[in-house]
Amino acid sequence: MHIPDGFLDAKTLVVTASLAAVGVTAAVRQARAQLPPRKVPLLGVTAAFVFAAQMVNFPIAGGTSGHLIGGVLAGVLLGPSGTVLVMTAVLTLQCLLFADGGLLALGANIFNMGIVGGVGGYYVYRALSRAFGARAKFLAVAVAAWCGTVMSAVATAGELSLSGVVPWSVGVLAMAGVHMVMGVGEALITTLVVLAIDRTRPEILADGPTGLPLRGTAETVAFGLVISLGLGIFVSPIASTWPDGLEKIAGTLGFLERAVQTPLASAPIPDYTLPGIGSPGWATALAGGIGTAVVFLAVLVIARLIVPRHPASRDAS
Amino acid sequence: MRADLFDRYSYADSSIHRLPAALKLAVALAIVIVTVVLPVGRWDGFMVIALLLIGVAAASRVPGSFIVRRLVTLEPLALGVAGLAMFQPHGGRIFATMLAKTTLCLLTMILLSSTTPFAALLDVMKRARVPDILVSTLALMYRYLFVLVDEAQRMRRARASRTFRPGRWWTWRTLTTVIGQLFVRSTERAERIYAAMIARGWS
Repeated sequence: MHIPDGFLDAKTLVVTASLAAVGVTAAVRQARAQLPPRKVPLLGVTAAFVFAAQMVNFPIAGGTSGHLIGGVLAGVLLGPSGTVLVMTAVLTLQCLLFADGGLLALGANIFNMGIVGGVGGYYVYRALSRAFGARAKFLAVAVAAWCGTVMSAVATAGELSLSGVVPWSVGVLAMAGVHMVMGVGEALITTLVVLAIDRTRPEILADGPTGLPLRGTAETVAFGLVISLGLGIFVSPIASTWPDGLEKIAGTLGFLERAVQTPLASAPIPDYTLPGIGSPGWATALAGGIGTAVVFLAVLVIARLIVPRHPASRDAS
Repeated sequence: MRADLFDRYSYADSSIHRLPAALKLAVALAIVIVTVVLPVGRWDGFMVIALLLIGVAAASRVPGSFIVRRLVTLEPLALGVAGLAMFQPHGGRIFATMLAKTTLCLLTMILLSSTTPFAALLDVMKRARVPDILVSTLALMYRYLFVLVDEAQRMRRARASRTFRPGRWWTWRTLTTVIGQLFVRSTERAERIYAAMIARGWS
């Protein structure tokens, strides 16, 4: 799903490039602070590995074949910051050396496959393996790989529709539909590869290749904000172009006009559009972004209140 | 298909090859930006860019058959997504414009990559203050890319010559084992590379 140049318009390119820049900066900062020098070659060689793994074709059916994307595989092996660095290297090299994926669309591709697919998938994996314990680890890998693939596809469809080249309803049906099927392949390959690594070198999976899990609160916050902001901007057009279920039924049954227009409190962003901004697409996207940021901050504050301040004390108990 | 087939013309010699890499990268970026912001249906603009690129291709002496082959392998992806644009008013015009834009941008990048050694591009990035860790990751990736692709192919060949079990499930299991093994070998190789780097005074 490498987006070539010529598909996304200027505003989408600027937004995706800024989101990717924030994500990559967070990853670089964390790697500078935590990555021991002896692990620097590992990043480069893992990037080459992801590239080589993408070139292995799997037979699917009727002579067609598919291949791995590798975002979630990198996530499980390297942790979020390592994944962003490795996927950024893979996508940059594919763009500059093989013309696979556009130069201006590089930010979009890093955002979709590295940050949403890779880091987002990694968090799905971590949440599931924490919730269900070590026994469900491989199931968690499979679910995370599927989710990562579908999430990247949805983000791609959102960017294409914000650029005005593919209508949202068509784009999301085609992209998400196709990748729900492709995701099964990705899940199967990723899980089998992780199983194979677990059989030969179980210590690699214990915590990522020793010393490389690269996680920290600041980066978690940065990645979470980038992913939710991006999805808020690109996927929020749903709200405007698809009437929600109740409104549609109300419209067809003819009781929409009877709905009383007395809101309990006037919403700060009425109907997901910001007053004073001309084009409705932009306004919806911006409102989606602001709304997401507010929700994210609220969740962050609540999480701070609920989760004990010192994780070490929880380990001791 | 050997992977190094892709990178075979970047070290050739021509007036285009001899231009500084930073200039070529800047020009490529400019061409891509102009192509992307041209509005739907500006065929005269697309024609001018196409003529410019054809001129560069001729001056670079990269074989036309190579460029066309690269375009043909990359185009289906673009066609698939561009096809989705047909499902809207004026879809045909948008479809044709997207196809023209994508083809021109692909041509630009193919020309850039086959007239500029990757190491020269890395040098430009370093001078443009791209973070060290990204540049060194890219440099090591480029260095070991072809090694690992060849290693993967040798492992698959070795597997294929020893196993005769038919069936899709069996193929999937062997292929994923090969990828898993490739990762294990990659991490071991990374350790050896670090030892070699230290031995040569890397800091």
